[in-house]
Amino acid sequence: MLVVYSLVFILLFLVLTFTTGKYFNTTGDYKIFHKMNKNQAQLVFIFGVLFFLFVIWQIARWGKGLLPVAASEHGAEYDKLMKITMIIIFAVFVLTHIVLFYFVLKYYHRRNNKAAYVTHNTKLEIVWTVIPTVVLAILIYQGLYNWNSIMKPLTDKDQPVIVELYAKQFDWTARYAGIDKQLGRANFQLIKGANFLGLDSTDVSSQDDKIVKGEFHIPVGKPVQFVFRSQDVIHSAYMPHFRAQMNCVPGLKTQFNFVPTITTNEMRQNVKNAAFDYYLLCNKICGTAHYNMQMKIVVDTPEEYEKWLADQKTFQ
Amino acid sequence: MSHEHHQSFISKYVFSTDHKMIAKQFLITGFIMGFVALVMSVLFRLQLGWPNEKFDIYNMLLGSWASDGVMAPDKYLSLVTMHGTLMVFFLLTAGLSGTFSNLLIPLQIGARDMASGFINMLSYWIYLGASVIMLISLGVEGGAASAGWTIYPPLSALPQAIPGSGLGMTLWLIAMTLFIASSLLGSLNYIVTIINLRTKGMSMTRLPLTIWSFLITAVIGVLSFPVLLSAALLLVFDRSFGTSFYLSDIYIGGQALEHFGGSPVLFQHLFWFLGHPEVYIVLLPSLGITSEIVSTMSRKPIFGYKVMIYSMLAIAGLSFIVWGHHMFVTGMNPFLGAVFTLTTLLIAIPSAIKVFNYLTTLWKGNIVFSPAMLFSIGLISTFITGGVTGLILGDSTLDINVHDTYFVVGHFHIVMGLSAIFGMFAGVYHWFPKLFGRMMNTRLGYIHFFITIISAYGVFFPMHILGLAGVPRRYYTNSAFPMFDVFIDMNTMMSIFAILAFIAQLIFMYNFIYNAVKGPKAVQNPWNSNSLEWSTPVEHIHGNWDGPIPEVHRWPYDYSKVNEQGDYVNGTDFIPQTTPLYEGEKEHS
Repeated sequence: MLVVYSLVFILLFLVLTFTTGKYFNTTGDYKIFHKMNKNQAQLVFIFGVLFFLFVIWQIARWGKGLLPVAASEHGAEYDKLMKITMIIIFAVFVLTHIVLFYFVLKYYHRRNNKAAYVTHNTKLEIVWTVIPTVVLAILIYQGLYNWNSIMKPLTDKDQPVIVELYAKQFDWTARYAGIDKQLGRANFQLIKGANFLGLDSTDVSSQDDKIVKGEFHIPVGKPVQFVFRSQDVIHSAYMPHFRAQMNCVPGLKTQFNFVPTITTNEMRQNVKNAAFDYYLLCNKICGTAHYNMQMKIVVDTPEEYEKWLADQKTFQ
Repeated sequence: MSHEHHQSFISKYVFSTDHKMIAKQFLITGFIMGFVALVMSVLFRLQLGWPNEKFDIYNMLLGSWASDGVMAPDKYLSLVTMHGTLMVFFLLTAGLSGTFSNLLIPLQIGARDMASGFINMLSYWIYLGASVIMLISLGVEGGAASAGWTIYPPLSALPQAIPGSGLGMTLWLIAMTLFIASSLLGSLNYIVTIINLRTKGMSMTRLPLTIWSFLITAVIGVLSFPVLLSAALLLVFDRSFGTSFYLSDIYIGGQALEHFGGSPVLFQHLFWFLGHPEVYIVLLPSLGITSEIVSTMSRKPIFGYKVMIYSMLAIAGLSFIVWGHHMFVTGMNPFLGAVFTLTTLLIAIPSAIKVFNYLTTLWKGNIVFSPAMLFSIGLISTFITGGVTGLILGDSTLDINVHDTYFVVGHFHIVMGLSAIFGMFAGVYHWFPKLFGRMMNTRLGYIHFFITIISAYGVFFPMHILGLAGVPRRYYTNSAFPMFDVFIDMNTMMSIFAILAFIAQLIFMYNFIYNAVKGPKAVQNPWNSNSLEWSTPVEHIHGNWDGPIPEVHRWPYDYSKVNEQGDYVNGTDFIPQTTPLYEGEKEHS
């Protein structure tokens, strides 16, 4: 249908164009720009000013919708690096645009002007090659330093809380390792009825695994080791408040870890919103209801967490 | 040397082997595909701006895709997917390179035609076939492909996962396979022509930057498109013949699939090995076009000609070793993530150099604001605005939280979408006299530019804020999360700007179509330009030049060249490439 209507539209458009075209002053005015150079230069400059105002206005208007301060340990480092990078790119953005719009305003064509015949300037070119290189070297160094510390796997010494996030169209399931601190084996061929995670009941360590839907809890101040699996297509476990994201890939176990630092209650006070909640979102296109594949995350104090966990049912 | 031999209507206008006619065919087909994609963007922007509202236009245009006037979520994904596919490949790859490489390569290097006119023609017709199949896929049962333009399996491999992965996806793959064949044929032809058919005196360092950009683009295309072809073929095998290249451990639709040992991540590696260079396939021709226009219209040599070439080569080289930055959070080894961060951020250096060179070209210029020049200035602006945010996305650490959010959508629409289409518009306004022998209306061009740039920034700039707030892309509606409610009016504003942008393109179409047929006749060299294409007659003739092919004696950027007394060397502010050096004049250093 879309194609048919597009064709009809184009046909109508053609008819309209050729019936009205001659009333539009089209003939011979292509040299108009000689008369309108100054106007255009001024218009571009005005556009530039409006563009900056528009940017500032947006930040003022919707800045409150931005994510609150990071609720995880590495998130604080993340925010710092983001701030540095933002300052640099904003400076580059503003300065180059000012130069651009200023040159446009200043150097519009006048009949008696002569443009300067400048082909290159090696010194200048070296300068503006070296400066970005140095700035980038700093950014790369900082980025990689943070990246390595974020991606460093936890060891048993850290005594992490182990949580598996299992993705399928279109919901999440969390699985806790239980007393033995080990997630039981699973196999997609064992998926059947209530055992929608495909857990292997012959594996002892799966017996005490706790399976949770709707919302999952994690304790504040303790490292949490997330393991991700997917049942069908690629999903992405996105926890923006914790600056955490990892894809869930069928046939591949992925992982991510972080230490939550702010409980849900504290965050509610911070942002002055009693209804605030942390969310786990799906952030990789996964099908029809991708936009609504979510799970609530609750960060508890360790005591609350232990209490909550004790109430959850085990696999068998 | 030129013969006036009889040509039938068919051989002149349909199965033409003349590069100028093929350029027009590519341009018009590309614009039609782009227009379809533009309409799609307005349709899904309506849904995003006024979520779940009923629109009669949906019933009218989309039929069963939006029964009772509300768009179905999976059809929203179809529209997004097809919008991306049509824009990236059919408009900005084939439409852009196909038009300007074909038009300008022979004209600017001084050749009678492409090295192989027949292969050139074949390239267009295969492209047209791909376009038609892609459009047909919109109408099949289950809908068009809807796994995103990156078609990640398993979503794209399994019809159980989403209806669009049935026949729609099959047709998508067939169309893209044809498209790649067309692109390869075209690119090979461009490379061979540029290397072999330059006229006497046209050394590589006297080539206009347009030609350099087309050459580099073609080389990137030849090296990277075959990888997408193989990725697509393996996907066809997985979908239709039961292999397991990309599939493993999948339980869907109530059954465990018989696929073991494949990896969906493999597809992403193969896809992005093309996918990232593809960004530069789209962008470089536009950068070349604007380099030429900025220099001509500033009446000033392009600043740092050789450095411009080196930066393009550097960008092209680096583009092959950065693909992993699309995959930082796929579970790829973190060490690889670190390597890709390093290589990715390095691209900022040649890009920054290009921007500074553009700015310095404007400095102390004598700028003539033709519509083409305005769009070139627009490109410089979008290239900066979109480019700087690449520093965030290319940094594996920072990418964690903005990956696949609207931040990415804003970034690539500005740096690749807007820059490329601005370059294309600039090219059309600038070379319209060469394409159709007529002039476009300047006032309409101005109106087109200002509405386009205002509405384009109005649509895409706020996306950065959405992304920083954690709004994922490819969401049918954001209403499922209360934390995104503050952005409802922002989305409405963006959609209004999108409609405005659409109207601006209608003004362009009006200007384009009317003046292509009835516009005022062009003079031979309307912009007082130096390059070789303006030495050909206004009317298209087979073989381009009436007499012998002119000889070239200088680079194309001798604008406002003065002698020691400070007067123009030849009395005007431009010296065509065909003019021999004057007595006592030195060639530029």
